[in-house]
Amino acid sequence: MDPFVTHSGRAVSLRRNNVDTDQIIPAEYLKRVSRAGFADGLFAAWRADPEFVLNQPAAVGATVLIAGPDFGIGSSREHAVWALTDYGFRAVISERFGDIFRNNATKGGLLPVRLPAAAVSALQDAVEADQDCVVTVDLGAREVRACGPAGGPPLITVAFEIDDYTRWRLMEGLDDISLTLRHADDIAGFERSRADWLPSAAQAR
Amino acid sequence: MPPGVAGSAVPAERGTSMGRTLAQKIWDSRVVRSAHGEPDLLYIDLHLVHEVTSPQAFDGLRLAGRGVRRPDLTIATEDHNVPTTGVTGPGLPLIGPGSPVTDPVSRVQVEALRKNCAEFGIRLFPMGDAGQGIVHVISPQLGLTQPGMTIVCGDSHTSTHGALGALAFGIGTSEVEHVLATQTLPQAKPAQMAVNVTGDLPYGVSAKDLILAVIAQIGTGGGVGHVIEYRGEAIRQLSMAGRMTVCNMSIEAGARAGLIAPDDTTFSYLEGRPHAPQGAGWEAALDYWRSLPTDPDAVFDREVTLDAAALTPFVTWGTNPAQAGPLTSAVPDPQSLADPGARASAERALAYMDLRPGTPLTDIRVDTVFVGSCTNGRLEDLRAAADVLRGRKVSGGVRMLVVPGSMEVKAAAEQEGLDAVFTAAGAQWRSAGCSMCLGMNPDTMGPGERSASTSNRNFEGRQGKGSRTHLVSPQVAAATAITGRLTAPADL
Repeated sequence: MDPFVTHSGRAVSLRRNNVDTDQIIPAEYLKRVSRAGFADGLFAAWRADPEFVLNQPAAVGATVLIAGPDFGIGSSREHAVWALTDYGFRAVISERFGDIFRNNATKGGLLPVRLPAAAVSALQDAVEADQDCVVTVDLGAREVRACGPAGGPPLITVAFEIDDYTRWRLMEGLDDISLTLRHADDIAGFERSRADWLPSAAQAR
Repeated sequence: MPPGVAGSAVPAERGTSMGRTLAQKIWDSRVVRSAHGEPDLLYIDLHLVHEVTSPQAFDGLRLAGRGVRRPDLTIATEDHNVPTTGVTGPGLPLIGPGSPVTDPVSRVQVEALRKNCAEFGIRLFPMGDAGQGIVHVISPQLGLTQPGMTIVCGDSHTSTHGALGALAFGIGTSEVEHVLATQTLPQAKPAQMAVNVTGDLPYGVSAKDLILAVIAQIGTGGGVGHVIEYRGEAIRQLSMAGRMTVCNMSIEAGARAGLIAPDDTTFSYLEGRPHAPQGAGWEAALDYWRSLPTDPDAVFDREVTLDAAALTPFVTWGTNPAQAGPLTSAVPDPQSLADPGARASAERALAYMDLRPGTPLTDIRVDTVFVGSCTNGRLEDLRAAADVLRGRKVSGGVRMLVVPGSMEVKAAAEQEGLDAVFTAAGAQWRSAGCSMCLGMNPDTMGPGERSASTSNRNFEGRQGKGSRTHLVSPQVAAATAITGRLTAPADL
């Protein structure tokens, strides 16, 4: 996974609540066995509508998505994260995320940023008012900064919370499996203590 | 090194004298390693695998030169992306004449699972096999799902297994790879939520109605960061099938997992199943299982109470499972919603669903009825639908699919003659799989088509591009098939 320290880019405001992962990537795209090449499936049904926000000229090249609450609810499909990153997004800002989506995002180098409703709304207003607005998601400083004159102070500065461990893992670009395998002895020790009546999937009587 | 002592405050350790919840007891018993400032490393007792969310995980293992740590704690089935017609038995070819899989992309995915299971020594139930079925139906059926276990699967409805008192949750493909490689998962401790369902469920009101009402009350994000424990008389009175329906939809309220304390209903369900403990093992297991229920002095972070006696058949009108109401109510007016986000969401849902505020829900006509899925594809669900349909006919112009959750459910239903009830009524009797719940296989709806569906999600396009879904119980699904509009059996 590529490290995520800080990212600056233009943003898209998606004013919809409850954006489920079926919308982010419909099931028909899940037949693929690859981990890349899902950009065409991102919001596939909604993109069929010329009015959809991603079809507007201002959205071209945007790398930060600012969405309504409960983004990424529903299906566990990690393809939703792959579709967002393949399309070019590096961070998603929302008041609240589906737990599985949020977890998947941090495995794929897509930063889920939780902000209070008022802050999300202020960011959406600012981005919609100024299509050249640059949004900086600074994981090191745990801060989102947006808009404002070049070289001047940002129009919006808002702090976000993320647990220390996830932040460290993202900033270092670390692979969870390698981290866990450092504790292989602990795992083996735990396995020796498991009750012998616990089921094995291998053979039935 | 990971962030350690410096940084955020340390949560106080739970004192040994303080009561613990069912979920906390399971969690504590499965911690392999706990370190300050890091998520706990949890041992996983059972990993369920299917064709859709696993191929990239197996590729990752190969790329890193890693193996599957515990193939004996891993089991696979073909369910999401297999057809439910033409599956005449086991051992059918995947390619060429006689293959029920006509889509070449789907075929590659099913082949990948077979190849991966063979390479890594994982037991697989392939399409047509007597043991094949939806992952969340076959594991309890085999007795692999037991109280106190940790169970994961690359599928959000893994919460189903909580019905037996297991801590079970859905994971993404990166985590699937992690569990394959290490049989563990680093996890942040969830918060604890109690959903107390007091009183008795009235006659004609099912577990599905109950959980739809719970989701409508707490919302799609109400359970985020929590595991839910369902408690109270109405829950205790549910059968195992009903409990699975309830726990299954925990994710639709945003919760990672949903659990019900194991009791005699659980134990009698398990006893004698192929993978249940036997003899002295059974006695030891019972002792452990009886220690699991939440202590009387345990404290939940959040509690919600619902009166079962006040419930009536419930149905969704919108495009997420929380947009629901009693079948006796009308399509709500978005203008009545105070929150602008919720109002916009409801307006959008009504436009997508082509519904007008004030329309009685019982006036909504459907062209498709689906009975099946990991929510309502068990034998008891099929019996409930058949009881309504017996001696009646599916309305002209309505297509009704009945898809058993597993081949074992299919065989048991046929033994009871349920298949004959369905086919005599004009419904289609299929073989096992996820089918129209998510529309990955050929069982889909066309644009603008409308269903009454016993599945778990009414998201836009869930059952096919442009399709419209109303989530219902098996009883309401069957009654709806007869009249062609959303109907409670009591109104037939």
